[in-house]
Amino acid sequence: MASTATDADAAPGAQPGGGAPRRRLRAGTGRWVLRKLVGASLTLGFVLVFNFVLFRMMPGDPAKTFLRGRQANPERLAQLRDELGLDDPWPVQFGKYLRETLRGNLGDSWSQGNRPVVELIADRLWPTLLLSGTALVLAALVGIWLGARSGWRHGQAFDKGSTGVAIGLYSLPEWWLGLLLLLVFASPAGLNIFPGGGMTDPRGGVDPVLDTLWHLVLPCTTLTLVYIAQYALIMRSSVLDERYAEYLTTARAKGLRDDQVLTRHALPNALLPTLTLFFLSLGFVVSGAITVETVYSWPGLGLLSYEALSGPDIPLLQGLFLVFSVTVILMNLLADLLYPLLDPRVRLS
Amino acid sequence: MNAAPAVPPTARALARQRRRAALRHFWTAYRRDVEGMIGLVLMLGWVVLALTAPVLVDAESLRVTQASGPPLAAPSVDHPLGTDEDGRSLLALIIWGSRVSLLVGLAATVISMVIGTLVGVTAGHFRGRPGGLLDRVTDFFLVIPFLPLAIVLATVLRVRWPTVPQVIAVIVVIGITSWPGTARLVRAQAMAVEGRPYLERARALGGGHWHQIARHVLPNVLPVVFANTTLSVSLAILAETTLSFLGLGDPLRPSWGTVLDGAYSAGAISRGAWWWAIFPGVAVASTVLAFNLCGRATERILDPRLKGRA
Amino acid sequence: MNLLEIRDLRVSYRINGEDLPAVRGVDLDVQAGETVGIAGESGCGKSTLAGAVLRLLPNGTRVTGQVRLAGEDVLSMSWGRLRAVRWNTASIVFQAAMHGLNPVRRIGQQIAEPILVHEPAAGTRRAAARAAELLEQVGVPAWRVRSYPHELSGGQRQRVMIAMALACDPQLIVADEPTTALDVMVQAQVLNLLRDLVRERGVGLLMISHDLSVLADLCDRVAVMYAGRVVEQGPGGRLFTDATHPYARALAAAFPVIGDPASRMAPRGLPGDPPDPRELPSGCPFHPRCPDAVVVCGETDVRLREAGPDRTAACVHVGVTQEREGIR
Repeated sequence: MASTATDADAAPGAQPGGGAPRRRLRAGTGRWVLRKLVGASLTLGFVLVFNFVLFRMMPGDPAKTFLRGRQANPERLAQLRDELGLDDPWPVQFGKYLRETLRGNLGDSWSQGNRPVVELIADRLWPTLLLSGTALVLAALVGIWLGARSGWRHGQAFDKGSTGVAIGLYSLPEWWLGLLLLLVFASPAGLNIFPGGGMTDPRGGVDPVLDTLWHLVLPCTTLTLVYIAQYALIMRSSVLDERYAEYLTTARAKGLRDDQVLTRHALPNALLPTLTLFFLSLGFVVSGAITVETVYSWPGLGLLSYEALSGPDIPLLQGLFLVFSVTVILMNLLADLLYPLLDPRVRLS
Repeated sequence: MNAAPAVPPTARALARQRRRAALRHFWTAYRRDVEGMIGLVLMLGWVVLALTAPVLVDAESLRVTQASGPPLAAPSVDHPLGTDEDGRSLLALIIWGSRVSLLVGLAATVISMVIGTLVGVTAGHFRGRPGGLLDRVTDFFLVIPFLPLAIVLATVLRVRWPTVPQVIAVIVVIGITSWPGTARLVRAQAMAVEGRPYLERARALGGGHWHQIARHVLPNVLPVVFANTTLSVSLAILAETTLSFLGLGDPLRPSWGTVLDGAYSAGAISRGAWWWAIFPGVAVASTVLAFNLCGRATERILDPRLKGRA
Repeated sequence: MNLLEIRDLRVSYRINGEDLPAVRGVDLDVQAGETVGIAGESGCGKSTLAGAVLRLLPNGTRVTGQVRLAGEDVLSMSWGRLRAVRWNTASIVFQAAMHGLNPVRRIGQQIAEPILVHEPAAGTRRAAARAAELLEQVGVPAWRVRSYPHELSGGQRQRVMIAMALACDPQLIVADEPTTALDVMVQAQVLNLLRDLVRERGVGLLMISHDLSVLADLCDRVAVMYAGRVVEQGPGGRLFTDATHPYARALAAAFPVIGDPASRMAPRGLPGDPPDPRELPSGCPFHPRCPDAVVVCGETDVRLREAGPDRTAACVHVGVTQEREGIR
C-alpha cells in the first residue's frame, strides 16, 4: 500500500501545505468583498437620490406647511425659506441634503414638537429592537425546529399539521393576528389578562422590567407567529431537499442513530438557506413591525411611522425611510459577507 | 392516428397545438391536487360574490346615513355578521368590500407583471450595460423594505395629486413596489432561453431584437409569469389590506382593510365588538389562503422536483 | 463459515402504492480475503443488493430472505444491534464520492465519526489521529484532514471514502461503483488500492460495477445480474473472456480488450432497454433482447444451472448442448 501512497493523482492544489492556493484565495476574496461593498454603496446612493427626489415632488410651499397655519409675517417666511434652502437650485439643495444627512442631521419633524428627527428615531429605536429582535430569535429557533422535524418526518401527521398552520399563518395580515390576540387576551369580550397596549403601565407601581416584559408578551407572540411560518416553511423545504442525499446514507451506514443523522449531517446542510433568511431579516428588524406596533401602541419606530402618516410629517417619514433602507442594505451586505464563512463550498469560488 | 393532414401543419399551428396539450395536461394534474382544488373553489366563490355584489346587496345600504341596523349589534338573524358603529350590516360591507380588495389585488398584479416582464426580458436579452443597469434598479427595489416604501409612495401620491381616487393610488403603489420579484424570475428564464439553439438560429438569420423577443423569448417566459400570478395576487391583497389599515386606503370605496381600520380606530376591541374585527379579517385570510393554495399547487405541478411534498 | 451469506434475497420498493421488485431471489457468498464482483446495467438491482447488506434501503421497502453477516442475520436484527454492526463489521464505499461525503464537514471529522460512534472511549484526539493515519494509508496527505470534500480531486475523494470505510477495521467492505466517473489512470490507482487492502488485511470485498472489465481484473468471482437476478456466476477472468449467458456475453463485448482482435470483431452493444420492473417479460426476462432466444425462452423461467467447473448460468442453452444444436 505504501507504493500507492506516493502516486496520488494530481488534484487541484494537491501540493502539501497548500500555500499557493490559499494566497490566491485571499486575493479573490478581497476583490469579491470590494464588489459587494461597491454594490451596497451604489444602492445606498440610489436610496439617497430617491429619497431626495420623491419628497421634493411635494406640492405647495414647504415653509408654509412647516408653520402649519400659524400666523407668520412675510419676513419670518422668507427667513424660513432661506433656512430650509428652498430658494437654491436643485443641485445645491441636493448637495446640502447630502451633507446634512451624512452629518446625521435629518431635519426637524413637523409634528412631535418639532424635535429633530434623529432624536425621535433614537428614542424609539430601543423598543423596536427589543420587540422585533426577541420575536426574530424566538421565531428562528422554533421555526427551524418545526421545519426540520416536519421535513424529516415528511408526510406524517406532525408534518401535515405544522405545514398547514404555517401556510395559514402566512396568509394572515400580521396586524389582524394582533387584533385577534387582543380580542382573546386583552378585551372584555375575551380573557382580559394582558395589557391592551403600550410598553409600561402609566400608573407605575410595578417593577419596570417585569412590567415591560408583561407588555411585550402579546406583540412579541404576534410577530413570532408570523415569522415562524417563514422559517418553518423554508427549513422544511431545505430538509426535504437533503433528505435523499447520498451522504445521509453514508451517515446511516456508519451506525448513527436517526436523530444523529439529522443533527450532524442533514441540518448543517439544510440550515444554510435558513441562516441566509435570518441574516436578511435582521435588516427588517427595525422596519418589520410597523403594523404590529401600531396595533399594540408599542412606542417604537413602527408606531412613529404611523404617527408620521397623519399630517403627514414629511421630514419624519423621510428620515424613517432612510433609516429603514440603510439598515436593510447594511444587513444584506453583512449577510453576503458572512455567507462564505457558513458554507465552505463558496469559500473558494 | 394514421390520418396525416394533407397539408403539413405550420410551425405556429404546431406550437399552438403543443401549448393546448400542455394546458390540458396541467389541468388533469391540477384536478388531482386536493389542496389546489380547495383553493380554486374558494377563490372562485369570492370572485362570484364580488361580481354579483350589486345584485345581492343594495349599495345604498352602505351609506352611513342610510344604514338601517342598530349600531354595534352582535350577529343575529337580521344581521348575520353583526353591524358596525353606524349600524351598517357587516355582511353587506364584506360583500362589497370583496370587489375593492379583489380589484386592487388583480390590478396591482397586472401592473407588477407587466413591469416585471418588461424589465426582466430586457435585462435578460440585452446583456452588458443596459442589462446591468436594470439589474441594479431591480436590486434597489428588491432591497428596500416593502412597507416603508409603499407608505412613502402612497403619501407622496396623495399629497401631490389629491384628486386621484385613492384606490388608483393604492393599486399603483402596490404595482410599482412588487414587480422586482417577477423581474428576477423572468430574467432568469429569459437568460435560459437566450442560450437555446433556436434563438441562435434566429439571430444568425438576422432576426431583429423585436422578432427574437416577441417570437422566442416571450412565449417561453410568459408561462413562468402566469404560474406566478396567484401568489402575486395574494401578496397584493395582503398589501392593500395593510395600507388600508394604516389609513392609506380609499374611504369612499370600503375594502376589507378599510372596514378593519374602522373597527380598530373605533375601539371595537375594547368595546367587545368582536364580530367587527373578526369577520372582515376572515374574508381577507380565506381569500389570501385560496390564492396561496392555488399558487402552491401550480408550483408543485410545474416543478417536478417538488413532487411528493404536501 | 462464509463472511457474507445471502440466500434467496428479494427486495421490492413501494412506489405510489405499487410494488416494484428490484431484487428477485439472489444467492451470494463472500469469504474473508475474497473479492466478489457484481456486474449489470443500471437498474438491474446491484445497488439495491449492496444496500440490503446493511439494511440501508428506504423505509417501506420489503426485504425477504436471509443476509447473514459473520453468522448473524442482518434482516432480523434489532435496530440497536444493526447500528453496532454497521461500519464495524461491514462498511460501504459509495460511488462518485462527491455526494457520498458531507459537503460541509471536514474530511477528518467524517473519517473519525464512525470511530467515535463505535468506540466512544477512543476520544476525539485519538480518533482524529487515526483519521490522519488512515488518509496516509490510502495515499492522501494527512494535512487533508482539515479540507472539505470539494477541495479534493475525484480520485482523492474516492480514497477518502476508502479510508473512511477502513475506520473501524471491518471484516467486509462493500464498494458500490467505486471507480465510476474517475478517469482511467485514477481508476487503476483506486483499484490497486482496493486489491492491496484485500491482500494485506484479509477483508472480504463485495465490488459492484457496471464495468465488467474492472471486475474481471480485480475479482475472484463475478456474478452478472439482470432484472433482479444473477444470470451468470463464475471466476472473474474466465467470465469475461468466455461468458455463456448471452447477456453476460453482450456485457463483456461492450468493453473491448485492447490488443485482442477477436473482441474488436465481436458484435457490440445490446438492442433495447432493461425491462420495466412493473411488467417483466414472461419466461426468461432477457428473451426480448436476446440474440439467441428460442420459443421456450418466452415460456419458461430458467434458474441458475451448472455451466462448467465453478460456473452457473441461467439460460436454456446452457448444459444441454445437444438439445441446443437440435433446436438450431
